[in-house]
Amino acid sequence: MDAPILSARNLDFYYGETHALKDICLDIPEHNITALIGPSGCGKSTFLRTINRMNDLIEGVKVIGSLTYRGEEIYAPDRDVTDLRKNIGMVFQKPNPFPMSIYDNVAYGPRTHGIRAKAKLDDIVEQSLRDAAIWDEVKDRLKKNALGLSGGQQQRLCIARALAVRPDVLLMDESTSALDPISTSKIEDLTMELKKAYTIVIVTHNMQQAVRISDKTAFFLLGELIEFGDTEKMFSQPEDKRTEDYITGRFG
Amino acid sequence: MRRKLYEMTGRILLYGCTAITAGLLLFLIGYILLRGAGGISWRFLSTAESVIHGTVGILPAIKNTVFVILVSLMAALPLGVGAAVYLTEYARNRRFVAAIEFASETLAGIPSIIYALVGVILFCTALKLQKTLLAGSLTLVIMILPTIIRSTQESLKTVPQSYREGALGLGSGKWHMIRTVVLPSSIDGIVTGCILAVGRVVGESAVLMYTAGMSMAMQSFSPNRLAGASGATLTVALYHYAKENADFSVAFSIAAILLILTVIINSAASFLGGKLKRS
Repeated sequence: MDAPILSARNLDFYYGETHALKDICLDIPEHNITALIGPSGCGKSTFLRTINRMNDLIEGVKVIGSLTYRGEEIYAPDRDVTDLRKNIGMVFQKPNPFPMSIYDNVAYGPRTHGIRAKAKLDDIVEQSLRDAAIWDEVKDRLKKNALGLSGGQQQRLCIARALAVRPDVLLMDESTSALDPISTSKIEDLTMELKKAYTIVIVTHNMQQAVRISDKTAFFLLGELIEFGDTEKMFSQPEDKRTEDYITGRFG
Repeated sequence: MRRKLYEMTGRILLYGCTAITAGLLLFLIGYILLRGAGGISWRFLSTAESVIHGTVGILPAIKNTVFVILVSLMAALPLGVGAAVYLTEYARNRRFVAAIEFASETLAGIPSIIYALVGVILFCTALKLQKTLLAGSLTLVIMILPTIIRSTQESLKTVPQSYREGALGLGSGKWHMIRTVVLPSSIDGIVTGCILAVGRVVGESAVLMYTAGMSMAMQSFSPNRLAGASGATLTVALYHYAKENADFSVAFSIAAILLILTVIINSAASFLGGKLKRS
């Protein structure tokens, strides 16, 4: 097996006094979809947000241990966070397009990173929207405000926006939980398609979703990583009793 | 039956409150316009008071008002918006922010004569600006800063956190995120706050009487010369005519102009606010 793209070793995370992640050791392989599952408050979202350091926005958080991206420490003191977030993109739980045109939304990232040439931006915008399977729906109204799109379209636009900076890893934080079933299935298909080019980590409350799209699954409980392995195996023959109880719906 | 009476009484009382309030306001507006509008003419707006020429005009007061608005806004706008951005987006110490917010809230509500006192001591005396339009404008800067800071902060707080996360998640730096996403989404509130601040400047008299003086004379059109000159704005001119000259017809004409100006400023605030929100 190739070296993992993301690797946590004895990772502890605190919100003030709250010990939110306990001694996590986890290797995420490249070009895979890894699903993080577990009941609310188990730390799965916290773990996802340590990967691109979105937790930095919260006051009083503390990270101990090692978390590396392609062998380099994510929490190294000299780490350029903007560069890290360029490589590790994120799609949020609720669609959050900026209140500007569809075009400007997708071009936001490239412009932020210094791309100004109109022709180049046009190419990136079109390609990103195609990759996010929304081009045909919006190509005639690129200059229209993105807030006029439906929820599912907005979320695919947000995926296009994340893809436009050409990330390496894509983090998806319950990105379908606010959407209807049809939009959800579109985004699931899209995610499967994207794993050819990207490494994807998703947080999901929906175990069927984890089964449908992920290659690996990590089960979190009360800040601990209980079990991690191939999705198929985990859902058919879980090693830990707690995993079994959770996936069979005995608690959650 | 009793219940019906009870409901009726409540309704009539509330109706009465509204009728009295609306009546008073309409009477005031109507009375000012009725007494003042007749005196407004091109000559009135374009000349200065002169015994030799026999004119009663308020051009100097209009010029002084415009000068005071521009100078105070030019200084207070960047300062206030900048401070509000820092307090809302950067400052981490909650108690510090709460203390400043409380202070600016208090300062926004205190009587303006207190600002006049500070202006006289600080700008006119200590900084040796004497009673000039510059000293008056600077005092007004202090006076409207809390208003601008508070309204900008309120406007920034309405920007959804998800916009900030979205921008940062794409690798945007903090200031870039603020400039490209947060400020454009809150611009309508900021503009509205500024226009209300202009309203306060236009309506202010106590501060300017003490710090900018009451000269009714025609000054130069050059901003440099105006800064160093003493002069009355429209509200101060109104006081001058009503109190010192006991010329109420002129005072009412100025009052009518101020009324119209306020209508224009408030309409501009809601128009611009709405327009910026849409685009």
